[in-house]
Amino acid sequence: MRFIFKTDYVQDIRLAKHGGQVFWYAVLLLALLVAPLLAPEYWLAQLTFVLIYSVAGLGLMLVAGFTGQFSIGHAAFLGMGAYTHGVLVNMGVPFPLALLLAAALSAATGVVIGLPALRVKGIYLGMATLSFGFIVQEVFARWTSVTGGNRGMHVHAPDIFGWKLESSEQFYYLCLVLTVLCTLAILNLLRSSTGRAFVAIRDSEVSAQSMGIHLARYKTTSFALSAAITGIAGALYAHKLQFISPDQFGLLQSIELLLLIVVGGLGSVHGAFLGAIFLISMPQLISLTKDYLPSAIGMAPGLQGVVFGMVLIAFVLFEPMGIYGRWLKIRTYLQMFPFYRKGMFKRQKSFQKSDRLS
Amino acid sequence: MRFGGVLAVDGVSFEVRKGEVFTLIGPNGAGKTTVFNLISRLYTPSSGDIFFESHNLTKVAPHQIASLGIARTFQNIELFEHASVLQNLLVGRHTHRGTGLWSEIFFTAKTRAAEIAARDHVERVIDLLDLQHYRDLMVAGLPYGVRKVVELARALSTGPKMLLLDEPSSGLNVEETSDMAYWIADIQQELGITVLMVEHDMSLVSRVSDRVLAMNQGAMLATGTPAEVQNDTGVIEAYLGSVDDVSSLRRPALSPPTGRVPA
Repeated sequence: MRFIFKTDYVQDIRLAKHGGQVFWYAVLLLALLVAPLLAPEYWLAQLTFVLIYSVAGLGLMLVAGFTGQFSIGHAAFLGMGAYTHGVLVNMGVPFPLALLLAAALSAATGVVIGLPALRVKGIYLGMATLSFGFIVQEVFARWTSVTGGNRGMHVHAPDIFGWKLESSEQFYYLCLVLTVLCTLAILNLLRSSTGRAFVAIRDSEVSAQSMGIHLARYKTTSFALSAAITGIAGALYAHKLQFISPDQFGLLQSIELLLLIVVGGLGSVHGAFLGAIFLISMPQLISLTKDYLPSAIGMAPGLQGVVFGMVLIAFVLFEPMGIYGRWLKIRTYLQMFPFYRKGMFKRQKSFQKSDRLS
Repeated sequence: MRFGGVLAVDGVSFEVRKGEVFTLIGPNGAGKTTVFNLISRLYTPSSGDIFFESHNLTKVAPHQIASLGIARTFQNIELFEHASVLQNLLVGRHTHRGTGLWSEIFFTAKTRAAEIAARDHVERVIDLLDLQHYRDLMVAGLPYGVRKVVELARALSTGPKMLLLDEPSSGLNVEETSDMAYWIADIQQELGITVLMVEHDMSLVSRVSDRVLAMNQGAMLATGTPAEVQNDTGVIEAYLGSVDDVSSLRRPALSPPTGRVPA
C-alpha cells in the first residue's frame, strides 16, 4: 500500500500523482518511441491504428464517459474529419492547416448535433445521433463531386510545409505526437472547472444547474470538443488507409467506437487506450485462433461480429467498469491484501437512476 | 404555481430578512419544496414574482441563480456520485472560475492559480464542516449522513448570500441532527449567510430559526416565531386535525337493538 503525504495543494493538481507514475509513463513513452526501430512493419501499422483509435476513443469518451451524453453516430465525426482533411490535403493545403480545419468543421458539426442533446436524453439522444450518423454517411456517398461517392477517394501523404511524411515510421511518430497532445488536452480539461462541469452534468443535471453550470453551453462544448478530437482521429485514419469511402464511417464503425469505450472503461482516460488496444488486437486474436477451430466455426463469415457482440455482453454483465475498472480492482486487491472487500467498487448504476426533479 | 389542475403553491407571499434563518414547515404535500424549486428556478411560476435583492428571479435563467448568490441542497441528495468529495465541492466554485476553455486546455499559469484559489476556499468549508477524512473518497461509497453534510458543503462552496436547505436533517440520527443545528447556527452567525430551510424536525426548527412560515395545501397558514407558529390553532389543525374533524368521522349512534338475538 502506497501512502502519499500531501503537503501542498499543487500535489493534487499535478498530472502524475507520485514517482511511480512518472516512472511507468516514462517507460511507456520510451517504448513507444523506440517501437519503430524494433517492431516489424506490420505490427507498427497495428500500433498506429491503436493510436488513431485511442484518439477517436478519447473523443467519444469525453462526451459519453465524462459528460454522460451517449452518441451512436460518432463515426460521422470520424468521417467528417477524414473527408475534410482528405479533400483539403488533395487540394494542396499543408497538413497542419488541413488538420485544424478538419477539427474545426467537425466541431461545428458537433455543435449542431449537440443541440438535440439539450432536449433529449439517454436512448432518445442515441436515436438522434444514430440518424445523424446515417445522414452524414449518405452525404459522403451522394456528394460525388467532392467525396468521390461510393467509389471512394485517395488521400495523399501528409505534407508539413514541404516536409513530406511518406514512410510509415514518420507517420507513426506524427500519430504519437498528436495522441499525446490530445491526451494532455483532455487531462488538462478534466482537472479544471470545465471538466468538473462535464462530470457534474453526467451525474446530476439538476444540481449541476443549481451550481451555476450552464447546461446548454457545456453540453454543446462537450460535443464540439469530442467531435474535434474524433475529427483529428479521422484525419489520421484517412492518411493511414490512404483511401476512404463512405462505408468505413457507417453504423458498424460507430458501434466499434462505443464498444471501445465500454470495454476500455467508461469514464476513464485509460479506458480509451485499453479499449483501442482491445479493438485492434481482437481481430488478430480471432484470426490466430481461427485455424484451431472446427472449420464450420472458424470459416464462418460473421465470426468477428459474434465475438465482439459476446465480449460486449460479457463486459456489460460482469465488468461494467471495463478493462480499466478490472485493473483498478486487481491493483486495489494487491495493495490492500488481505483486506479487499467484495463490495468496494459497488456503484449505483447511473442509467438506473430516474430523472427526478429534486 | 399551477401544475395542470393542481394549485401547488397558491398566493404564498413572504419575505426573508438578510441574515436570518427562516423555516418553512407544513405537512407533506404542502408545497414547501415547490417554493424552493420556484426560487431556484427549476420551475417557472404561473403567476407572481420572486425578488432577491433587486433581481426579479422569474426573469433570470436557472443557471444564473447561483451567481446571484443563492445555493441550495436537495431533499433526496443530488451529489455528483462518481466524483470525489473534493471534486464535488470544487464544482461549487464554478461560478467563480474566471478561466476560459483554452486556458484550461493548455493549463496555463492562470488556470493553475485559479485552481489553487478554488482549493483554498473549498478547504475552509471542509474545515468548517469537519470533512477532512472524506476529502478524497468517492461520494458513491459514503454513508447517508456524510452525503448530507457534503451537500451542505457543496452549497457553501459557492460562496452564497442565501442558502436554501431542503430538509437538512431528514435521514440523520439524533447526534447528526444536533451537529446540523450547530452548523446552521454557525453559517448564520459566523458567515452571515441568510438561511431559508424546509424542515420537519420541530426541535431543530425551534433551535435555529428566527421565523417560521407554516404552509398547508399550497397556502400560507401562519408566520411568526417558532413558538407562535407551534401554538397557532390553524397549524395544529393542519397537522393533527381538529375536534370537529374527528367528531364528523364518528359513526352516528345506532338505535338500541330491538327483538331477540338469534340463538
